[in-house]
Amino acid sequence: MSIEFRHVSKTFPDGTTAVEDFSLTIPSRETTVLVGSSGCGKTTLLRMINRMVDPSSGSILIDGKDIAEIPPVGLRRSIGYVMQNSGLLPHRTVADNVATVPMLTGVPKRKAREDALALLDRVGLDRALAGRYPSQLSGGQQQRVGVARGLAVDPNILLMDEPFGAVDPIVRDELQQELLRLQGTLGKTVVFVTHDIDEAFLLGNQVVILQRGGRIAQVGTPKEILANPANEFVADFIGAKRGKRRLRIDETGRGEDVLLVDAAGYAAGVLSADDARLVLTGSGPKSRSVSNKTDQAGDA
Amino acid sequence: MLLLQGIAWIFAPANWASVNSGLGIGGEILSHLFYTVLSVAIAAVVAVPIGLAIGHTGRGRGGAILIGNVVRAFPTLGLLAILLILLGFGLIPTLVVFVLLGIPPLLAGAYAGVESVDRQTVDAARAMGMTEWQILMKVELPLAAPLLLGGLRSSTLQIIATVALVSEFGSDSLGAFIISGAATQDYVEMIGGSILVTVLALLADALLAGAQRLTVPRGVPRGAGGRTTAGGRRILTAPSGAPISEGN
Repeated sequence: MSIEFRHVSKTFPDGTTAVEDFSLTIPSRETTVLVGSSGCGKTTLLRMINRMVDPSSGSILIDGKDIAEIPPVGLRRSIGYVMQNSGLLPHRTVADNVATVPMLTGVPKRKAREDALALLDRVGLDRALAGRYPSQLSGGQQQRVGVARGLAVDPNILLMDEPFGAVDPIVRDELQQELLRLQGTLGKTVVFVTHDIDEAFLLGNQVVILQRGGRIAQVGTPKEILANPANEFVADFIGAKRGKRRLRIDETGRGEDVLLVDAAGYAAGVLSADDARLVLTGSGPKSRSVSNKTDQAGDA
Repeated sequence: MLLLQGIAWIFAPANWASVNSGLGIGGEILSHLFYTVLSVAIAAVVAVPIGLAIGHTGRGRGGAILIGNVVRAFPTLGLLAILLILLGFGLIPTLVVFVLLGIPPLLAGAYAGVESVDRQTVDAARAMGMTEWQILMKVELPLAAPLLLGGLRSSTLQIIATVALVSEFGSDSLGAFIISGAATQDYVEMIGGSILVTVLALLADALLAGAQRLTVPRGVPRGAGGRTTAGGRRILTAPSGAPISEGN
């Protein structure tokens, strides 16, 4: 289920150009993150995949098939969609929300509800919540229901539009870990939109950094981007320029593990004793610098 | 004193059979309700689909407001007089007036109800693969129901009040007692008639208010009227300190 953008442009009726001549291949069964600031066209690009937005020119192919020829309603039912603020139907219970799309596609009510309960387990929600209404859930719980709903038809493609943008940092952490765990077992083609570069590096196998107008600043794995920012914009965007990601070993550190600080001198983490020995013996005392994030992102 | 006499007049069994050799209280109530129910039903059949279509598509709202204002501005009696001259006495001219009167609140209730549904909820429904019809029937209509019922309620009250006014012109109603009482200076009959109209209007209002409460979907905070998902969203965004970004 690879997705291919071919020279896609989108100009809205009011004349704003959201995306200009965008080409990209999104590999199947991996997570691709589109990351950029507000107005870079990342949401527009995402919404083109399920035809919520049709391109003004160019084409989008899913497994080689031009989606312009697929009726939107059927296409959307075959693709999972998770949005910020969950978008749950307020007048339906949690179970009914999750079962909505399967029931639209003709799955019998009883089976759809059983599947919905199993999906609640899957996203780490107590089955006791099945009969609640969205307004009775916390923000994090609502987002989990949103993810369960996105997975309800067992789609090959899952689109996620800043799904964790409106929950507090601790809950966001939990949800991100949950998504990594889910993706580890499910292996969907996930397209994830965010403005948070840390989230992009954590979740993405492939990260696409976007500039205004949907121009690609750099595409690569988190490691590639961190090691080799393609230009000033990327370097600035990932924080390398501000010294946030360039870490030094702090000489005042005591004990086995070695303290790492960023360019401004703020504590950023620790290097375990074994690794520290490698770094210290492998290079001269003046060039002892390490990038954080890379190991973490590499495991993602 | 007159008030008590009026109440006594209402409870006099003879008045239920016939008043002034015309219809009795029972007959006038039935006739009043007949005109009201029929007119509201016709107005609803005309106005609700149009209102839902306007709310769903977001198009034609200006036109609906314009028509609503024009119709509201019609002098009811003047319009009725013209129709009576053109069409002659009978059911049709009075019915036309009642229906016209009943349309604007229903139209406004329908489109305001649909418009009040959170656009993000509708967007999500569409992104899941609901057809436009399914969005209307399964999402917008249930969430719009309280406001729609509100429109039905004010439409019904308008018509109940107006049916009483025009009962001189061939449509029997409780207004007949008020008008004939005034004409013959029988103030007891007149007071009795006005009490009946008032009670009828209050009962209808209470009934519809009850229905309105029942249509507030479960899961949507009560008293929120049609501004349904506002509550759900408040809960969702409240605990977060994170900015809500983009959304284009």
